[in-house]
Amino acid sequence: MDNFLIPRGVRRTSFGNFLLWLLPWFAMLSVGLYAIYLCLAEGLFHTNMDNRFAFGIWIFLDLTVIALGAGAFFTGFLLYIVRRKELSAVINSAVIIGLICYSGAVLVLMVDVGQPLRAWFTFWHPNTHSMLTEVTFCLTCYLIVLLIEYLPIVIKNRQLRQIPKFLVFEFELHKLMPVFAGIGTFLSFFHQGSLGGLFGVLRGHPFAFREELGIWPSTFFLFVISAAAAGPSFIMLTTRLVERITRKTLVKENVYQLLGKVSGLMLVAYVLLKSIDTLIWINSTSPGMGFPAFEYYETQSFGTWILFTEIVLLGLLPALVLLSSRLRSDRRLLFGAAFLVCCGIMLNRFVMTIQTLALPTLPFDAFLTYLPSWQEVAAFAFVIAYGVILYSLTYRYAMVFPQEKELNMSYAAQNEPADAPVRGTMRPGLAMQLLQKFMMLK
Amino acid sequence: METTERKQYKFGMVIDLDKCSGCGACAVACAVENNVAPAVPTTNTRNGLTWMNVTAVHSGDNYPNCETVFVPMSCQQCESDTPCLTVCPQNAVDIDPNTGIVGQVPQRCLGCRYCMTACPYHARYFNWRDPEWTAGMTKQLNPDVAPRMRGVVEKCNFCHSRLHAAKQKAAANGSRELDPADYVPACVESCPATAITFGDLNDPSSPVAILAADMHSFQFLARLGTKPKVYYRSEKQWVREMAERSKTRTQQEAFHG
Repeated sequence: MDNFLIPRGVRRTSFGNFLLWLLPWFAMLSVGLYAIYLCLAEGLFHTNMDNRFAFGIWIFLDLTVIALGAGAFFTGFLLYIVRRKELSAVINSAVIIGLICYSGAVLVLMVDVGQPLRAWFTFWHPNTHSMLTEVTFCLTCYLIVLLIEYLPIVIKNRQLRQIPKFLVFEFELHKLMPVFAGIGTFLSFFHQGSLGGLFGVLRGHPFAFREELGIWPSTFFLFVISAAAAGPSFIMLTTRLVERITRKTLVKENVYQLLGKVSGLMLVAYVLLKSIDTLIWINSTSPGMGFPAFEYYETQSFGTWILFTEIVLLGLLPALVLLSSRLRSDRRLLFGAAFLVCCGIMLNRFVMTIQTLALPTLPFDAFLTYLPSWQEVAAFAFVIAYGVILYSLTYRYAMVFPQEKELNMSYAAQNEPADAPVRGTMRPGLAMQLLQKFMMLK
Repeated sequence: METTERKQYKFGMVIDLDKCSGCGACAVACAVENNVAPAVPTTNTRNGLTWMNVTAVHSGDNYPNCETVFVPMSCQQCESDTPCLTVCPQNAVDIDPNTGIVGQVPQRCLGCRYCMTACPYHARYFNWRDPEWTAGMTKQLNPDVAPRMRGVVEKCNFCHSRLHAAKQKAAANGSRELDPADYVPACVESCPATAITFGDLNDPSSPVAILAADMHSFQFLARLGTKPKVYYRSEKQWVREMAERSKTRTQQEAFHG
């Protein structure tokens, strides 16, 4: 039915199967849309946030997806600036993931703020001392850069390529890509950092407050480096997931190895700096403000295990795996380590938002808990559903992985049955089989 | 042309915890003065609008030695490194250089709540829902204070409307100096125990400055270095020690009234 839109030389599932695959995601999208409507139309009392827990799951997950979406800027930086040509195999996917993560985060932010129609006020009378101003400016600009980077992927569509002007436009845009990659790297450096700075400047929360390096708190730099570590890992995981769902080999092994190595290098730098930062904070910053650091870990929910898990289990351990070429060559270890890296970033963002707000500052305040409402969960599920739908549509109608045709040529030529396992892939589990049932390329 | 130099005020208050009985009159007067809408049935201590919040703090000792003190807490009007001021992305928080009062501009507020996250005193409040007054209640609204809409942050501003009224009165009398008797916030006026003393901290002879300098006066979280302009006072040692502690000694000790 939609064969005329599908790129030549690649196989995609039938239109019916594709619709079936999209159906549950559209259902999730609808529930999320209803939750968003409730919050926008009636007020944020539909959430479980309150005056003490003024930031909740939305900010925590926004920070997480923005860190995970850092693959877009970092892969672009490595490809166009450092000239690691191998990464052209995943740059399109990285851009789509980045676009989904950033646009999703901005969408949730628009629900999270009480007066979204006043968002432009930040541009009109900005407070240049606020980290949030920096975040708003860079996030908006970078979203535009991502949209520009996404355009050539869409224009690569078979039908759109028939329009000569689009071809010229795409050609010209490609020539400018290194410029956009540079701008993207510049903007990402600032907003990833400022997101860390958001918490590092909180003098009222000695748990989060950090010493300044220049004009930024140390969390500024830690967020940049951790995002650069998590981005490539998330690109690896998403690419692998697409490979398993579609049961195709989409990128060559050397690409995974390079991404793993880059992620490992950035992660080991992050773990080192994070450890130094934590030691300074424990021994100087926090006690200097009259708050012995060990007291933060006396509450049952957030013991020292959280610090150990964040730095050692989800930091040092995957870093060592990713840095060793022998361990990295084992695919289970490679993707396992990438998964741990992403979990580590998630835990770090959780600690910075939720743990910071849960811990009391006033001497008579108690430790507080917070559980998100269904509206908060559904609104974020909306973003996930939106992301899956956008990625699925782009994958189906555009050439997301340039190596796909080459790697699946023999497969297509021999007309192998689609349900035969593809070379180099693991046997799928039950959940994966169900996903394949809908997404299978036949 | 002769010009009169504008006087630099630094308004602040001292709350005598030994006098406070925890009656909550200050909180009620504050809400009425500043057009804070009545709470709905689902409101609790964490999501209500209480510019002046009274908290009961127990000494943690066993009977018969146990003691309780009531801590009325509003915006502490931080003077230095004001946590909420620097974080607001669109300048919706400002400090009046002539009075030292930390103000909030609800009309400019985006509702991002970053200032609430930054405030160590939890003295900032978000309008989680539309303000609603039952029939007839609107007739008692203060015409000098604009009610806030849903989705913006609000907080104590030492009764701005009363400051404006005092300024107008002084101007009508041809003076640029306020008469201390003309500017008294609602909480100060309503306290039956006269536990709250308000005035200009820059004037060393004012009662508030004398009390603030008293050896029994202290500030909560003074060690953060934000120099709050709201002082507390107690002759009880355990109360002063409690203010210095970094955390609650026992879970039973903390109790929100």
